[in-house]
Amino acid sequence: MAVRLTLVVAAWSVCIGLPPALLAATALARWRFPGRSALDALVHLPLVLPPVVVGWLLLLTFGIHGVIGAELLAWFGVRLAFTRAGASLACAVMTFPLMVRAMRLSLEAVDPGFDQAARTLGAGRFDRFVTITLPLAAPGVLVGAITAFAASLGEFGAVITFAANIPGETQTLPLAIYTALQSPGGEATAARLSLISVGLALGGLLAAEFAARRLRPLLGR
Amino acid sequence: MTLSLAFRHAFPGLALDIAFDAPTPGTTVLFGPSGAGKSTAAAVVAGLLRPLRGRVAIDGTVLADSDSGRFLPPERRRVGLVFQEARLFPHISVLGNLRYGLRRAPADTPQRIELAQVIDLLGLAALLARRPGTLSGGERQRVAIGRALLSQPRLLVMDEPLASLDAPRKAEILPYLARLKTTLALPILYITHALEEVSRLADTLVLIEAGRSLAAGPLADIVSRGDLPLAARDDAAAILFLRVTAHDPARRLTCLQADGLMLLVPLLASPPGTALRVRVPAREVILATEIPGGISVHNILPGEVRAVTEDAARHAALVEVALGSASALLARVTPDAVARLCLGPGAPVLALVKSMAVEVLV
Repeated sequence: MAVRLTLVVAAWSVCIGLPPALLAATALARWRFPGRSALDALVHLPLVLPPVVVGWLLLLTFGIHGVIGAELLAWFGVRLAFTRAGASLACAVMTFPLMVRAMRLSLEAVDPGFDQAARTLGAGRFDRFVTITLPLAAPGVLVGAITAFAASLGEFGAVITFAANIPGETQTLPLAIYTALQSPGGEATAARLSLISVGLALGGLLAAEFAARRLRPLLGR
Repeated sequence: MTLSLAFRHAFPGLALDIAFDAPTPGTTVLFGPSGAGKSTAAAVVAGLLRPLRGRVAIDGTVLADSDSGRFLPPERRRVGLVFQEARLFPHISVLGNLRYGLRRAPADTPQRIELAQVIDLLGLAALLARRPGTLSGGERQRVAIGRALLSQPRLLVMDEPLASLDAPRKAEILPYLARLKTTLALPILYITHALEEVSRLADTLVLIEAGRSLAAGPLADIVSRGDLPLAARDDAAAILFLRVTAHDPARRLTCLQADGLMLLVPLLASPPGTALRVRVPAREVILATEIPGGISVHNILPGEVRAVTEDAARHAALVEVALGSASALLARVTPDAVARLCLGPGAPVLALVKSMAVEVLV
């Protein structure tokens, strides 16, 4: 039960995180604007902050009395705190830096000469991004997404703070392992779940490597 | 109709001030040493670089003008650019690359260049399904030229398209470029530092040196001017535009003619009527004041000395000889010969040109 829940939460976290991560990575890799270093720092914040702090900040903004959370509840009746969607959001925020870093590196590696060539052939900004830059950076984008997925499987502090530890709703693998360790005689369950956790993480990393290797020849490299 | 470019720009260590007007359609070649600012001129025309001041106009359409603040971005200029290193999109096939510009071109262009025509003209039929990564340098450059042509440009700019290729690859592509020039009535701006490409392709020649345009004008005029750096080169030569008029298979000679000028060269395969250009190296031209007898030279061309330039360092003199109304030859002789024959501006003279010394270019 916890395994399936963890996979669903991780998948959603990637879906939530991918578009803004792509935008942030493009901004950091390609655009020159005031506040670029500030954005860079902001993106990396979840990497250096204690996860509990991130969870608490999420509660402040997305909790039922939070700045955004209260509005969401009033307008759409959507509650994020202590829900499965909230767990996904917490994972997305925590893995955001990983995703942006991988995407940014691969976007920076795309020769701007191709972009210039596309310009002289009549392609506008968005057109060029979709037809030239994004496909050429695809391996990095995919690796970023898979790495974020794998990292989401192990997210603990932010999830337990923002989404709590509700079995069947927000109790992902690491939370289940923690709960098992807290209860007497739970070592066997903890060991079993830990083994699954190791397998999933390894699988994720291998998948990322495999995907990158398979994509490269398609891009003519 | 004209292609007109004038701009000033400053890079650390190089101030650029380039200006010229060239008739269109036709091929305008920017010629000069590396680092002289030629590629910058290409970037300015294509819109990839916005100069400090400047104006770019083609056939009456102003693409950029710093005085009025007009600046069309590259994607709206319809200037096809062929880069030195091809820059084919590595993730799509050759056909996909060719279609990239075609799909984005306005549908209502007059004299539309068709895909089939480009494939035929550049010999791309066998390459269409391949990925750019599997092509040779020469093939890649042909595809890049085709891709630029299919974007239906009003001007095709080629920035040293052959510079990164070895000699056999260059020889492979040059005939395609010459064909392109004659088949399509498209203005071309061609950038190079190789004199051979100039002789073969240029209609209008613009000399660029240290960020400035030294001179601009019809090819034959610029190459035969003794006061310009081209004439000071070891390989200085005159270019003549001629037409095949007759073949003499028995003597194994071909007769070429242009406005009162006749030249015999070793037998050619081109049919009578073919227009071609020949290169006559200055070193190979002999000057005389009377017709010598018993001599192997076929071509004894009467002319008039236009100017004499002394090259003191080399103990040589360069004599410009006007032939007929529009042509000119260059002869590099010793200053002593100039003095013995009393060669000065206006003096009648005979130019002796060995048939074997004439290089037929196209």
